[in-house]
Amino acid sequence: MTALTIQGLWKEYGAQVVLENVNLTIAPRAFVALVGPSGCGKTTFLRMLLGQERATRGTIVMDGEPLPSEPGPDRGVVYQRYSVFPHMTALQNVMLGPELRAARLTGRLWGAARRKLADEAVALLAEVGLAGAEAKYPAQLSGGMQQRLALAQTLMMRPKLLLLDEPFGALDPGIRTEIHTLMRRLWHEHAMTVVMVTHDMREAFALATRIIAFDRPRNRPEERERYGATITNDIAIWPPRVAGRQTIYDADIDPVQDDLNRFAITAGTTRPTEGSLP
Amino acid sequence: MRLINMHPGRGGRVLLAALPFVILGIAYLIGSALRLAENPGDKLLPSLDAMGRMIEVMAFTPDRRTGDYLLWTDTAASLLRLWSGLAIATVIALVLGLLNGVLPVARAMLGPFIAFLSMVPPLALLPVLFIVLGLGEVSKIALIVIGVAPILTRDLALTAIALPREQIVKAETLSASSWLVAWRVVLPQVMPRLIDSLRLQLGPAFLFLIAAEAISAEGGLGYRIFLVRRYLSMDIIFPYVLWITLLAVTMDLCLRLLRRRLYPWAEVRP
Repeated sequence: MTALTIQGLWKEYGAQVVLENVNLTIAPRAFVALVGPSGCGKTTFLRMLLGQERATRGTIVMDGEPLPSEPGPDRGVVYQRYSVFPHMTALQNVMLGPELRAARLTGRLWGAARRKLADEAVALLAEVGLAGAEAKYPAQLSGGMQQRLALAQTLMMRPKLLLLDEPFGALDPGIRTEIHTLMRRLWHEHAMTVVMVTHDMREAFALATRIIAFDRPRNRPEERERYGATITNDIAIWPPRVAGRQTIYDADIDPVQDDLNRFAITAGTTRPTEGSLP
Repeated sequence: MRLINMHPGRGGRVLLAALPFVILGIAYLIGSALRLAENPGDKLLPSLDAMGRMIEVMAFTPDRRTGDYLLWTDTAASLLRLWSGLAIATVIALVLGLLNGVLPVARAMLGPFIAFLSMVPPLALLPVLFIVLGLGEVSKIALIVIGVAPILTRDLALTAIALPREQIVKAETLSASSWLVAWRVVLPQVMPRLIDSLRLQLGPAFLFLIAAEAISAEGGLGYRIFLVRRYLSMDIIFPYVLWITLLAVTMDLCLRLLRRRLYPWAEVRP
Protein backbone atom coordinates (compact mmCIF):
# COMPACT_ATOMS: atom_id res chain seq x y z
CA MET A 1 0.00 0.00 0.00
CA THR A 2 1.52 3.21 -1.11
CA ALA A 3 1.38 6.47 0.78
CA LEU A 4 2.89 9.67 -0.54
CA THR A 5 4.08 12.61 1.52
CA ILE A 6 4.97 15.80 -0.27
CA GLN A 7 6.54 18.57 1.77
CA GLY A 8 7.47 22.12 0.84
CA LEU A 9 7.68 21.37 -2.86
CA TRP A 10 8.82 24.15 -5.22
CA LYS A 11 9.43 24.03 -8.92
CA GLU A 12 11.14 26.85 -10.77
CA TYR A 13 12.28 27.17 -14.37
CA GLY A 14 14.93 29.85 -14.18
CA ALA A 15 13.20 32.94 -12.80
CA GLN A 16 9.72 31.53 -13.40
CA VAL A 17 8.11 29.94 -10.37
CA VAL A 18 5.69 27.24 -11.46
CA LEU A 19 4.75 25.61 -8.17
CA GLU A 20 5.28 26.96 -4.71
CA ASN A 21 5.04 25.43 -1.30
CA VAL A 22 2.99 22.35 -2.15
CA ASN A 23 2.27 20.19 0.89
CA LEU A 24 0.21 17.08 0.46
CA THR A 25 -0.25 13.68 2.02
CA ILE A 26 -1.87 10.99 -0.08
CA ALA A 27 -3.28 7.96 1.69
CA PRO A 28 -2.67 4.43 0.44
CA ARG A 29 -5.15 3.31 -2.23
CA ALA A 30 -6.45 6.84 -2.73
CA PHE A 31 -7.62 8.04 -6.12
CA VAL A 32 -6.56 11.68 -6.29
CA ALA A 33 -7.72 13.96 -9.08
CA LEU A 34 -5.62 17.05 -9.77
CA VAL A 35 -7.63 19.85 -11.31
CA GLY A 36 -6.96 23.47 -12.13
CA PRO A 37 -6.68 25.93 -15.00
CA SER A 38 -4.26 25.33 -17.88
CA GLY A 39 -0.66 26.12 -17.07
CA CYS A 40 -1.08 25.93 -13.31
CA GLY A 41 1.53 23.23 -12.95
CA LYS A 42 -0.58 20.15 -12.32
CA THR A 43 1.17 18.24 -15.10
CA THR A 44 4.53 19.46 -13.80
CA PHE A 45 3.54 18.12 -10.38
CA LEU A 46 2.60 14.77 -11.91
CA ARG A 47 5.93 14.65 -13.76
CA MET A 48 7.74 15.19 -10.49
CA LEU A 49 5.86 12.26 -8.94
CA LEU A 50 6.91 10.26 -12.00
CA GLY A 51 10.56 11.28 -11.69
CA GLN A 52 10.56 12.85 -15.14
CA GLU A 53 11.31 16.22 -13.54
CA ARG A 54 13.08 17.16 -10.36
CA ALA A 55 11.76 19.46 -7.68
CA THR A 56 13.74 22.67 -7.13
CA ARG A 57 13.09 22.41 -3.41
CA GLY A 58 11.14 20.10 -1.13
CA THR A 59 10.77 16.39 -0.72
CA ILE A 60 8.54 13.65 -2.03
CA VAL A 61 8.48 10.54 0.13
CA MET A 62 6.86 7.31 -1.01
CA ASP A 63 6.38 4.60 1.61
CA GLY A 64 9.00 6.21 3.83
CA GLU A 65 11.64 6.39 1.10
CA PRO A 66 12.58 9.50 -0.87
CA LEU A 67 11.29 9.18 -4.42
CA PRO A 68 13.94 7.94 -6.89
CA SER A 69 15.07 10.73 -9.20
CA GLU A 70 14.20 8.89 -12.40
CA PRO A 71 11.14 6.98 -13.62
CA GLY A 72 10.94 3.34 -12.56
CA PRO A 73 8.64 0.34 -12.61
CA ASP A 74 7.08 1.18 -9.22
CA ARG A 75 5.24 4.10 -10.86
CA GLY A 76 3.19 3.49 -13.97
CA VAL A 77 2.02 6.23 -16.30
CA VAL A 78 -0.63 6.73 -18.97
CA TYR A 79 -0.45 9.90 -21.05
CA GLN A 80 -3.11 11.41 -23.25
CA ARG A 81 -1.04 10.43 -26.30
CA TYR A 82 2.08 8.42 -27.12
CA SER A 83 1.50 5.99 -24.26
CA VAL A 84 1.85 2.85 -26.36
CA PHE A 85 4.55 1.87 -28.78
CA PRO A 86 3.44 2.14 -32.41
CA HIS A 87 5.88 -0.52 -33.62
CA MET A 88 4.44 -3.30 -31.45
CA THR A 89 1.14 -5.12 -31.62
CA ALA A 90 -1.27 -4.84 -28.71
CA LEU A 91 -0.02 -8.12 -27.29
CA GLN A 92 3.64 -7.16 -27.68
CA ASN A 93 2.91 -3.83 -26.01
CA VAL A 94 1.41 -5.53 -22.98
CA MET A 95 4.19 -8.12 -22.78
CA LEU A 96 6.95 -5.53 -23.06
CA GLY A 97 7.26 -4.56 -19.40
CA PRO A 98 7.78 -8.05 -17.93
CA GLU A 99 10.04 -8.91 -20.88
CA LEU A 100 12.27 -5.91 -20.20
CA ARG A 101 12.33 -6.75 -16.50
CA ALA A 102 13.28 -10.40 -17.04
CA ALA A 103 15.72 -10.17 -19.96
CA ARG A 104 18.10 -7.32 -19.21
CA LEU A 105 20.23 -7.87 -22.34
CA THR A 106 17.90 -8.91 -25.14
CA GLY A 107 14.66 -7.52 -23.76
CA ARG A 108 12.87 -10.60 -25.09
CA LEU A 109 11.60 -13.83 -23.58
CA TRP A 110 11.45 -17.18 -25.37
CA GLY A 111 9.89 -20.59 -24.94
CA ALA A 112 7.84 -21.49 -21.90
CA ALA A 113 8.43 -18.17 -20.11
CA ARG A 114 7.16 -16.34 -23.18
CA ARG A 115 4.06 -18.53 -23.48
CA LYS A 116 3.23 -18.03 -19.82
CA LEU A 117 3.63 -14.27 -20.16
CA ALA A 118 1.55 -14.24 -23.34
CA ASP A 119 -1.29 -16.04 -21.55
CA GLU A 120 -1.17 -13.46 -18.77
CA ALA A 121 -1.14 -10.62 -21.29
CA VAL A 122 -4.07 -12.06 -23.24
CA ALA A 123 -6.06 -12.34 -20.00
CA LEU A 124 -5.32 -8.73 -19.08
CA LEU A 125 -6.21 -7.52 -22.58
CA ALA A 126 -9.53 -9.30 -22.22
CA GLU A 127 -10.02 -7.68 -18.81
CA VAL A 128 -9.69 -4.18 -20.31
CA GLY A 129 -12.02 -5.11 -23.17
CA LEU A 130 -9.48 -5.71 -25.92
CA ALA A 131 -10.06 -9.42 -26.53
CA GLY A 132 -9.50 -10.13 -30.21
CA ALA A 133 -7.30 -7.10 -30.81
CA GLU A 134 -4.07 -8.83 -29.75
CA ALA A 135 -2.46 -8.75 -33.20
CA LYS A 136 -3.42 -5.18 -34.06
CA TYR A 137 -1.01 -2.27 -34.12
CA PRO A 138 -1.99 0.80 -32.05
CA ALA A 139 -2.61 2.83 -35.22
CA GLN A 140 -5.33 0.32 -36.08
CA LEU A 141 -7.09 0.87 -32.74
CA SER A 142 -9.46 3.70 -31.86
CA GLY A 143 -8.45 6.34 -29.32
CA GLY A 144 -10.38 4.65 -26.52
CA MET A 145 -8.91 1.27 -27.31
CA GLN A 146 -5.40 2.74 -27.34
CA GLN A 147 -5.95 4.10 -23.82
CA ARG A 148 -7.28 0.73 -22.67
CA LEU A 149 -4.14 -0.81 -24.13
CA ALA A 150 -2.00 1.74 -22.33
CA LEU A 151 -3.71 0.88 -19.03
CA ALA A 152 -3.16 -2.84 -19.59
CA GLN A 153 0.48 -2.27 -20.50
CA THR A 154 1.02 -0.32 -17.30
CA LEU A 155 -0.89 -2.73 -15.06
CA MET A 156 1.32 -5.65 -16.18
CA MET A 157 4.07 -4.14 -14.03
CA ARG A 158 1.75 -4.02 -10.96
CA PRO A 159 2.76 -0.41 -10.17
CA LYS A 160 2.28 0.84 -6.63
CA LEU A 161 1.43 4.26 -7.97
CA LEU A 162 -0.46 4.87 -11.21
CA LEU A 163 -0.11 8.34 -12.72
CA LEU A 164 -2.61 9.48 -15.32
CA ASP A 165 -2.01 12.64 -17.36
CA GLU A 166 -5.38 13.60 -18.85
CA PRO A 167 -5.68 10.05 -20.10
CA PHE A 168 -9.25 10.32 -21.36
CA GLY A 169 -9.20 13.96 -22.44
CA ALA A 170 -9.18 13.22 -26.16
CA LEU A 171 -12.04 10.71 -26.11
CA ASP A 172 -15.69 11.12 -27.12
CA PRO A 173 -18.11 11.48 -24.17
CA GLY A 174 -19.68 8.05 -24.71
CA ILE A 175 -16.34 6.30 -24.94
CA ARG A 176 -15.17 8.26 -21.93
CA THR A 177 -18.03 7.00 -19.79
CA GLU A 178 -17.22 3.43 -20.74
CA ILE A 179 -13.56 3.84 -19.91
CA HIS A 180 -14.47 5.48 -16.57
CA THR A 181 -16.31 2.31 -15.67
CA LEU A 182 -13.21 0.33 -16.56
CA MET A 183 -10.94 2.71 -14.65
CA ARG A 184 -13.08 2.44 -11.51
CA ARG A 185 -13.03 -1.33 -11.72
CA LEU A 186 -9.26 -1.45 -12.22
CA TRP A 187 -8.73 0.82 -9.24
CA HIS A 188 -10.93 -1.43 -7.11
CA GLU A 189 -9.17 -4.60 -8.19
CA HIS A 190 -5.51 -3.63 -8.40
CA ALA A 191 -3.64 -2.63 -5.26
CA MET A 192 -2.48 0.79 -6.37
CA THR A 193 -2.75 4.45 -5.53
CA VAL A 194 -3.89 6.61 -8.43
CA VAL A 195 -3.08 10.24 -9.17
CA MET A 196 -4.86 11.69 -12.19
CA VAL A 197 -4.56 15.08 -13.88
CA THR A 198 -7.78 16.12 -15.57
CA HIS A 199 -9.56 19.13 -17.04
CA ASP A 200 -12.93 17.54 -16.68
CA MET A 201 -14.63 18.20 -13.33
CA ARG A 202 -17.27 15.55 -13.99
CA GLU A 203 -14.51 13.05 -14.54
CA ALA A 204 -12.81 14.12 -11.32
CA PHE A 205 -15.99 13.68 -9.31
CA ALA A 206 -16.90 10.43 -11.06
CA LEU A 207 -13.65 8.67 -10.27
CA ALA A 208 -11.71 10.21 -7.43
CA THR A 209 -11.75 9.81 -3.68
CA ARG A 210 -10.26 13.24 -3.27
CA ILE A 211 -9.92 16.28 -5.50
CA ILE A 212 -6.95 18.62 -5.26
CA ALA A 213 -7.27 21.98 -7.02
CA PHE A 214 -4.16 23.90 -8.07
CA ASP A 215 -4.31 27.62 -8.75
CA ARG A 216 -2.23 30.77 -8.57
CA PRO A 217 -3.21 32.83 -5.55
CA ARG A 218 -1.49 35.83 -7.16
CA ASN A 219 -2.36 36.16 -10.78
CA ARG A 220 -1.76 39.77 -11.75
CA PRO A 221 0.38 39.99 -14.92
CA GLU A 222 3.35 41.49 -13.10
CA GLU A 223 3.15 38.77 -10.43
CA ARG A 224 2.83 35.77 -12.73
CA GLU A 225 6.57 35.19 -13.08
CA ARG A 226 7.52 35.25 -9.43
CA TYR A 227 4.57 33.52 -7.81
CA GLY A 228 3.65 29.97 -8.66
CA ALA A 229 0.55 27.89 -8.23
CA THR A 230 -0.20 25.98 -5.10
CA ILE A 231 -2.98 23.85 -3.66
CA THR A 232 -6.06 26.03 -3.20
CA ASN A 233 -8.73 23.41 -2.56
CA ASP A 234 -8.72 19.94 -1.14
CA ILE A 235 -12.07 18.25 -1.44
CA ALA A 236 -12.83 14.82 -0.07
CA ILE A 237 -15.61 13.10 -2.00
CA TRP A 238 -18.64 12.29 0.12
CA PRO A 239 -19.93 9.66 0.61
CA PRO A 240 -16.38 8.34 0.60
CA ARG A 241 -15.28 5.89 -2.04
CA VAL A 242 -13.19 3.04 -0.69
CA ALA A 243 -11.00 0.95 -2.92
CA GLY A 244 -12.37 -2.56 -3.30
CA ARG A 245 -15.89 -1.61 -2.19
CA GLN A 246 -18.70 -0.62 -4.44
CA THR A 247 -20.85 2.30 -3.31
CA ILE A 248 -24.36 2.60 -4.64
CA TYR A 249 -23.73 5.84 -6.49
CA ASP A 250 -20.82 4.27 -8.35
CA ALA A 251 -22.93 1.38 -9.56
CA ASP A 252 -22.49 1.20 -13.27
CA ILE A 253 -25.91 2.03 -14.48
CA ASP A 254 -27.19 1.02 -17.86
CA PRO A 255 -27.16 3.98 -20.24
CA VAL A 256 -30.92 3.63 -20.88
CA GLN A 257 -31.74 5.24 -17.56
CA ASP A 258 -35.33 6.24 -18.29
CA ASP A 259 -36.46 2.67 -18.58
CA LEU A 260 -36.95 1.59 -14.98
CA ASN A 261 -37.25 -2.03 -15.97
CA ARG A 262 -33.72 -1.87 -17.28
CA PHE A 263 -32.37 -0.34 -14.08
CA ALA A 264 -29.66 -2.67 -12.95
CA ILE A 265 -26.42 -2.81 -11.11
CA THR A 266 -23.86 -4.64 -13.15
CA ALA A 267 -21.80 -7.31 -11.47
CA GLY A 268 -19.09 -5.68 -9.39
CA THR A 269 -15.65 -7.10 -9.52
CA THR A 270 -14.45 -9.94 -11.67
CA ARG A 271 -12.07 -11.21 -9.05
CA PRO A 272 -12.17 -11.35 -5.25
CA THR A 273 -10.26 -8.59 -3.51
CA GLU A 274 -9.07 -8.03 -0.02
CA GLY A 275 -11.40 -6.07 2.12
CA SER A 276 -14.45 -6.55 -0.04
CA LEU A 277 -17.81 -6.48 1.68
CA PRO A 278 -19.02 -9.73 3.20
CA MET B 1 -14.58 19.74 -61.84
CA ARG B 2 -11.52 21.31 -60.35
CA LEU B 3 -8.16 19.98 -61.45
CA ILE B 4 -7.16 19.23 -57.86
CA ASN B 5 -10.05 16.78 -57.55
CA MET B 6 -9.27 14.76 -60.64
CA HIS B 7 -7.67 11.43 -59.81
CA PRO B 8 -6.41 9.14 -62.59
CA GLY B 9 -7.68 5.56 -62.59
CA ARG B 10 -5.44 2.52 -62.66
CA GLY B 11 -5.04 2.48 -66.42
CA GLY B 12 -4.72 6.24 -66.53
CA ARG B 13 -1.89 6.15 -64.00
CA VAL B 14 0.09 3.62 -66.01
CA LEU B 15 -0.46 5.66 -69.16
CA LEU B 16 0.57 8.91 -67.48
CA ALA B 17 3.62 7.28 -65.93
CA ALA B 18 4.72 5.89 -69.30
CA LEU B 19 4.23 9.17 -71.14
CA PRO B 20 7.48 10.98 -70.19
CA PHE B 21 9.50 7.84 -70.98
CA VAL B 22 7.86 7.52 -74.40
CA ILE B 23 8.43 11.20 -75.15
CA LEU B 24 12.09 10.95 -74.16
CA GLY B 25 12.53 7.85 -76.37
CA ILE B 26 10.85 9.41 -79.36
CA ALA B 27 12.81 12.64 -78.96
CA TYR B 28 16.02 10.64 -78.91
CA LEU B 29 15.08 8.59 -81.96
CA ILE B 30 14.16 11.71 -83.97
CA GLY B 31 17.32 13.53 -82.92
CA SER B 32 19.47 10.53 -83.72
CA ALA B 33 17.82 9.96 -87.12
CA LEU B 34 18.25 13.62 -88.08
CA ARG B 35 21.95 13.71 -87.15
CA LEU B 36 22.68 10.37 -88.83
CA ALA B 37 20.90 11.48 -92.01
CA GLU B 38 23.24 14.47 -92.16
CA ASN B 39 26.39 12.54 -91.25
CA PRO B 40 26.33 8.72 -91.16
CA GLY B 41 29.56 8.76 -89.12
CA ASP B 42 28.02 10.88 -86.31
CA LYS B 43 28.95 9.55 -82.87
CA LEU B 44 26.95 11.84 -80.62
CA LEU B 45 23.50 10.27 -80.84
CA PRO B 46 24.05 6.70 -82.07
CA SER B 47 21.16 4.67 -83.47
CA LEU B 48 19.51 1.91 -81.46
CA ASP B 49 21.18 -0.63 -83.78
CA ALA B 50 24.62 0.73 -83.01
CA MET B 51 23.91 0.65 -79.27
CA GLY B 52 22.50 -2.87 -79.57
CA ARG B 53 25.71 -4.01 -81.26
CA MET B 54 27.84 -2.47 -78.53
CA ILE B 55 25.69 -4.07 -75.82
CA GLU B 56 26.30 -7.38 -77.60
CA VAL B 57 30.04 -6.71 -77.56
CA MET B 58 30.22 -5.49 -73.96
CA ALA B 59 27.81 -7.92 -72.33
CA PHE B 60 27.83 -11.12 -74.34
CA THR B 61 31.23 -11.34 -76.07
CA PRO B 62 34.38 -12.20 -74.13
CA ASP B 63 37.01 -9.49 -74.23
CA ARG B 64 39.80 -10.30 -76.69
CA ARG B 65 42.55 -9.47 -74.25
CA THR B 66 41.29 -10.82 -70.94
CA GLY B 67 38.43 -13.12 -71.92
CA ASP B 68 36.09 -11.34 -69.47
CA TYR B 69 32.56 -10.23 -70.24
CA LEU B 70 33.24 -6.57 -69.58
CA LEU B 71 29.80 -5.31 -68.58
CA TRP B 72 29.44 -8.01 -65.95
CA THR B 73 32.94 -7.70 -64.51
CA ASP B 74 32.47 -3.92 -64.41
CA THR B 75 29.13 -4.31 -62.68
CA ALA B 76 30.52 -6.78 -60.15
CA ALA B 77 33.47 -4.52 -59.34
CA SER B 78 31.31 -1.43 -58.96
CA LEU B 79 28.57 -3.09 -56.92
CA LEU B 80 31.12 -4.61 -54.56
CA ARG B 81 32.54 -1.14 -53.89
CA LEU B 82 29.13 0.48 -53.63
CA TRP B 83 27.65 -2.12 -51.32
CA SER B 84 30.72 -2.28 -49.09
CA GLY B 85 30.63 1.49 -48.78
CA LEU B 86 26.91 1.60 -48.04
CA ALA B 87 27.11 -1.28 -45.57
CA ILE B 88 29.95 0.33 -43.62
CA ALA B 89 28.17 3.70 -43.70
CA THR B 90 24.96 2.10 -42.41
CA VAL B 91 26.73 0.42 -39.50
CA ILE B 92 28.47 3.66 -38.57
CA ALA B 93 25.19 5.56 -38.83
CA LEU B 94 23.40 3.00 -36.64
CA VAL B 95 25.99 3.13 -33.88
CA LEU B 96 26.70 6.87 -33.88
CA GLY B 97 23.15 7.92 -34.73
CA LEU B 98 21.65 5.86 -31.90
CA LEU B 99 24.27 7.06 -29.42
CA ASN B 100 23.57 10.59 -30.53
CA GLY B 101 19.83 10.22 -30.45
CA VAL B 102 19.48 8.34 -27.16
CA LEU B 103 22.21 9.65 -24.86
CA PRO B 104 22.32 13.39 -24.14
CA VAL B 105 25.96 13.09 -23.10
CA ALA B 106 26.93 11.50 -26.43
CA ARG B 107 24.89 14.12 -28.26
CA ALA B 108 26.72 16.93 -26.49
CA MET B 109 30.03 15.42 -27.52
CA LEU B 110 29.36 14.03 -31.00
CA GLY B 111 26.58 16.25 -32.33
CA PRO B 112 28.59 19.32 -33.34
CA PHE B 113 31.48 17.15 -34.56
CA ILE B 114 29.29 15.07 -36.87
CA ALA B 115 27.49 18.20 -38.08
CA PHE B 116 30.92 19.62 -38.93
CA LEU B 117 32.11 16.45 -40.67
CA SER B 118 28.96 16.21 -42.75
CA MET B 119 29.77 19.60 -44.28
CA VAL B 120 33.23 18.55 -45.54
CA PRO B 121 32.88 18.13 -49.33
CA PRO B 122 33.84 14.46 -49.82
CA LEU B 123 35.12 14.89 -53.38
CA ALA B 124 37.60 17.47 -52.17
CA LEU B 125 39.04 14.78 -49.92
CA LEU B 126 39.46 12.30 -52.79
CA PRO B 127 43.09 13.25 -53.56
CA VAL B 128 43.91 12.87 -49.87
CA LEU B 129 42.25 9.44 -49.82
CA PHE B 130 44.19 8.31 -52.89
CA ILE B 131 47.47 9.47 -51.39
CA VAL B 132 46.85 8.06 -47.91
CA LEU B 133 44.98 4.86 -48.71
CA GLY B 134 46.47 4.08 -52.12
CA LEU B 135 44.74 3.62 -55.44
CA GLY B 136 43.09 0.29 -54.57
CA GLU B 137 39.58 -0.52 -53.40
CA VAL B 138 39.97 0.97 -49.93
CA SER B 139 40.11 4.58 -51.05
CA LYS B 140 37.01 4.23 -53.25
CA ILE B 141 34.99 2.57 -50.50
CA ALA B 142 36.25 5.18 -48.04
CA LEU B 143 34.99 7.96 -50.29
CA ILE B 144 31.49 6.47 -50.33
CA VAL B 145 31.56 6.03 -46.55
CA ILE B 146 32.75 9.58 -45.96
CA GLY B 147 30.12 10.91 -48.31
CA VAL B 148 27.15 8.93 -47.04
CA ALA B 149 27.72 8.10 -43.36
CA PRO B 150 27.50 11.61 -41.83
CA ILE B 151 24.16 12.32 -43.50
CA LEU B 152 22.73 8.92 -42.53
CA THR B 153 23.98 9.46 -38.99
CA ARG B 154 22.44 12.89 -38.62
CA ASP B 155 19.17 11.76 -40.13
CA LEU B 156 19.02 8.78 -37.77
CA ALA B 157 19.83 10.95 -34.75
CA LEU B 158 17.17 13.50 -35.73
CA THR B 159 14.59 10.73 -36.11
CA ALA B 160 15.53 9.29 -32.72
CA ILE B 161 15.35 12.70 -31.03
CA ALA B 162 11.97 13.36 -32.63
CA LEU B 163 10.43 10.34 -30.90
CA PRO B 164 7.99 11.56 -28.24
CA ARG B 165 9.68 11.96 -24.87
CA GLU B 166 6.63 10.20 -23.40
CA GLN B 167 7.67 6.96 -25.07
CA ILE B 168 11.09 7.01 -23.46
CA VAL B 169 9.65 7.75 -20.01
CA LYS B 170 7.01 5.09 -20.55
CA ALA B 171 9.74 2.54 -21.33
CA GLU B 172 11.53 3.54 -18.13
CA THR B 173 8.37 2.86 -16.12
CA LEU B 174 8.38 -0.57 -17.78
CA SER B 175 11.82 -1.11 -16.20
CA ALA B 176 13.90 -0.51 -19.32
CA SER B 177 17.59 0.36 -18.93
CA SER B 178 19.27 2.85 -21.27
CA TRP B 179 20.39 -0.05 -23.41
CA LEU B 180 16.91 -1.58 -23.57
CA VAL B 181 15.35 1.77 -24.46
CA ALA B 182 17.75 2.00 -27.39
CA TRP B 183 17.38 -1.65 -28.38
CA ARG B 184 13.64 -2.22 -28.10
CA VAL B 185 12.09 1.24 -28.34
CA VAL B 186 14.29 3.55 -30.38
CA LEU B 187 16.08 1.21 -32.80
CA PRO B 188 13.00 -0.47 -34.29
CA GLN B 189 11.32 2.90 -34.73
CA VAL B 190 14.23 4.51 -36.57
CA MET B 191 14.87 1.53 -38.88
CA PRO B 192 12.16 2.42 -41.45
CA ARG B 193 13.56 5.93 -41.65
CA LEU B 194 17.09 4.56 -42.00
CA ILE B 195 16.00 2.48 -44.98
CA ASP B 196 14.32 5.51 -46.58
CA SER B 197 17.38 7.58 -45.89
CA LEU B 198 19.55 4.91 -47.50
CA ARG B 199 17.31 4.99 -50.56
CA LEU B 200 17.83 8.73 -50.85
CA GLN B 201 21.60 8.26 -50.51
CA LEU B 202 21.83 5.78 -53.40
CA GLY B 203 22.24 8.68 -55.83
CA PRO B 204 25.11 10.37 -53.96
CA ALA B 205 26.72 6.96 -53.37
CA PHE B 206 26.81 6.28 -57.11
CA LEU B 207 28.16 9.77 -57.67
CA PHE B 208 31.08 9.16 -55.33
CA LEU B 209 31.68 5.71 -56.79
CA ILE B 210 31.85 6.93 -60.37
CA ALA B 211 33.98 9.92 -59.44
CA ALA B 212 36.49 7.66 -57.72
CA GLU B 213 36.48 5.12 -60.55
CA ALA B 214 36.87 7.84 -63.16
CA ILE B 215 40.13 8.96 -61.62
CA SER B 216 41.77 5.66 -60.88
CA ALA B 217 40.56 2.10 -61.32
CA GLU B 218 41.18 -1.06 -63.29
CA GLY B 219 37.53 -1.82 -63.86
CA GLY B 220 34.06 -0.69 -62.95
CA LEU B 221 31.12 1.04 -64.55
CA GLY B 222 32.50 4.55 -64.02
CA TYR B 223 35.93 3.48 -65.15
CA ARG B 224 34.53 2.11 -68.43
CA ILE B 225 32.50 5.23 -69.15
CA PHE B 226 35.47 7.50 -68.65
CA LEU B 227 37.71 5.13 -70.66
CA VAL B 228 35.54 5.04 -73.78
CA ARG B 229 34.84 8.76 -73.48
CA ARG B 230 38.20 9.22 -75.22
CA TYR B 231 36.77 7.63 -78.35
CA LEU B 232 33.44 9.48 -78.12
CA SER B 233 31.80 6.07 -77.80
CA MET B 234 28.32 7.23 -76.95
CA ASP B 235 27.07 3.84 -78.09
CA ILE B 236 28.74 2.39 -74.98
CA ILE B 237 28.23 5.30 -72.63
CA PHE B 238 24.45 5.53 -73.10
CA PRO B 239 23.78 1.82 -72.38
CA TYR B 240 26.11 2.03 -69.37
CA VAL B 241 24.32 5.05 -67.97
CA LEU B 242 20.99 3.35 -68.51
CA TRP B 243 22.30 0.21 -66.79
CA ILE B 244 23.57 2.16 -63.78
CA THR B 245 20.20 3.86 -63.52
CA LEU B 246 18.41 0.53 -63.69
CA LEU B 247 20.66 -0.87 -60.96
CA ALA B 248 19.89 2.10 -58.72
CA VAL B 249 16.16 1.89 -59.40
CA THR B 250 16.20 -1.84 -58.58
CA MET B 251 18.06 -1.26 -55.33
CA ASP B 252 15.61 1.47 -54.40
CA LEU B 253 12.71 -0.87 -55.07
CA CYS B 254 14.28 -3.70 -53.08
CA LEU B 255 14.86 -1.41 -50.10
CA ARG B 256 11.25 -0.27 -50.28
CA LEU B 257 10.01 -3.86 -50.28
CA LEU B 258 12.39 -4.72 -47.44
CA ARG B 259 10.97 -1.87 -45.39
CA ARG B 260 7.43 -2.98 -46.06
CA ARG B 261 8.26 -6.58 -45.17
CA LEU B 262 10.27 -5.89 -42.01
CA TYR B 263 8.29 -2.96 -40.60
CA PRO B 264 4.64 -3.42 -41.54
CA TRP B 265 3.57 -1.12 -38.68
CA ALA B 266 5.25 1.82 -40.43
CA GLU B 267 2.83 1.43 -43.34
CA VAL B 268 -0.27 1.45 -41.13
CA ARG B 269 -1.97 4.80 -41.22
CA PRO B 270 -4.58 5.62 -38.59
